Amino acid sequence: MLRFTGWSIRSASLLASSASLVLLAACATESAPKSAPTSSAPGVDACAKATLNLVTPGTLTIGTDKPAYPPYFVDDTPSNGMGFESAAAYAVAAKMGFTKDQVKWIVVPFDSSYAPGAKKFDFDINQISITDKRKVTVDFSTPYFTVPQAVLTLNKSKFAGATSIADLKDAKLGAQVGTTSLAFIKNTIAPTQQPLVFNDTAGAKASLANGTLDGIVVDLPTAFYISAAEIDGSKVVGQFAVDPSADTWGLLFGKGNSLVGCANQALAQLTSSGDLAKITEQWLSTDVKVPVLK
Amino acid sequence: MSAATRQPVVPYRDPERQTFLRRRATRNRSVASISTVAFVVVMGVVVTSSPGWPAVHRAFFDGEAFRSSFPEIWRAFWLNVRMFLVAEPLILVLGLSIALARGLRAPVWAPLRVLAAVWTDVFRGVPTILLILLFGFGVPALRVKGLTGEVVVWGVVALVVSYSAYVAEVFRAGIDSVHPGQRAAARSLGLTDAQTSRHVVLPQAIRNVVPPLLNDFISLQKDTALVAVLGPIEALRQAQIYAEDTFNFTSYVAAALIFIGLTIPLARYTDWLLARQRKRQAAGGSW
Repeated sequence: MLRFTGWSIRSASLLASSASLVLLAACATESAPKSAPTSSAPGVDACAKATLNLVTPGTLTIGTDKPAYPPYFVDDTPSNGMGFESAAAYAVAAKMGFTKDQVKWIVVPFDSSYAPGAKKFDFDINQISITDKRKVTVDFSTPYFTVPQAVLTLNKSKFAGATSIADLKDAKLGAQVGTTSLAFIKNTIAPTQQPLVFNDTAGAKASLANGTLDGIVVDLPTAFYISAAEIDGSKVVGQFAVDPSADTWGLLFGKGNSLVGCANQALAQLTSSGDLAKITEQWLSTDVKVPVLK
Repeated sequence: MSAATRQPVVPYRDPERQTFLRRRATRNRSVASISTVAFVVVMGVVVTSSPGWPAVHRAFFDGEAFRSSFPEIWRAFWLNVRMFLVAEPLILVLGLSIALARGLRAPVWAPLRVLAAVWTDVFRGVPTILLILLFGFGVPALRVKGLTGEVVVWGVVALVVSYSAYVAEVFRAGIDSVHPGQRAAARSLGLTDAQTSRHVVLPQAIRNVVPPLLNDFISLQKDTALVAVLGPIEALRQAQIYAEDTFNFTSYVAAALIFIGLTIPLARYTDWLLARQRKRQAAGGSW
């Protein structure tokens, strides 16, 4: 999730603003030549870099949790531009007129991303699902990714051949706390055994690998990543139909942050130019055929 | 002058001084009340008039969030209570055994003595959360036949291991606090070493350490929440699930109130035990 907060208007010199406009144009041209005419939303001027209300003027401060997990980040280093969310964040930043050097990453634990008080980041990108309840406390950008939930088991598990949601009823399932995966288990699968809930996917993975759990529910790209790279002998049993009210991810901003409009404009440009789709394709294996469990 | 005619001694009270004392007591009470009220009002005004208060109020003290999160947290709290009730007796037994093992003097028990010393040194030094992770994720991964894969069980085992080390030291302090003359007297009466421990030393030792033991158990009640790292949904985890689902921290306040509801009675009981002990010692009476 990307989160923009600390929209404070600061004065900037005319020189700086004209310089950044030039930069903005340069970046935009470089990353998405075809997108220029499609921009509408808040006027170009409203989103000129020098007029943006940033935590640190001239720098786009982006937050994410640590460790930052693949495939959304690579090597736990958001600043390397690798992994889906890192690449997407840099693409948004470029559209907003920031060079790579002008982007600063900070560690924002998930809990503190929605804590009251001034935000230390302009936006937070941390696989945060957009829900109406959360919108009471924070603002979200338009979705940058829509992702189905999926269930992962060991090959030898008796649930490895599940073909429907009903087949998973008696499974001991696990998920990470704070995720829509957990809500999905409770509300849609409604298993007979209470699910286990972990601080991070590391705990869920350990419990799946050591046999405590029959299966874990995570988003589909994470499921692919785990089965391909992390747990030998595991498989993605199936994915679930997308729930539009829970399965879209947005950049997270402090409530009332006017930066949201400019980020949305950048996302709209990236979407219409096809750049966002390219980034998604590059980093996430979403095209693998996985049956949809109903 | 005979004893029968002697007047009871009535201490002289200076009326002027009595008046002064009464007035001073009244004034002290008024000052205390006024300063308390003033302090509370000033703190209240400072907090509620601060620019961020509406946000803090909404994030931590939201009535609607409290009402909607409380029932599930209350249900999840039952797991904390069960873990606590199972762990506590085991900790007492294991802790006392370790303390006694450390006190064994015969050379033949040297290995036990060393083991007990190492146990307390190591397990007091290791963070409880590591023990929980080690038992909860590690033991099931061994895939030993016959061992349960139920993580709550291993979480409780980890708590017992960790707390037994603390409690053993509390018991040892209690045993050391019994005067050596007690043991010598018992031995001179013909009691064996074991009988001396059982009938003379331990009864006194345990009474002396009841307050610190209860202190450890209050701490244990809260540490049952650490088992959540293994996956079970106890009260604090349920509060976190609610908080992260809705981006509102009020559920943690609900969980805190439930924990406080359990610890305050125990704390008052500890105070009462301490007071009773002091009174008995001051009176020089028997136990």
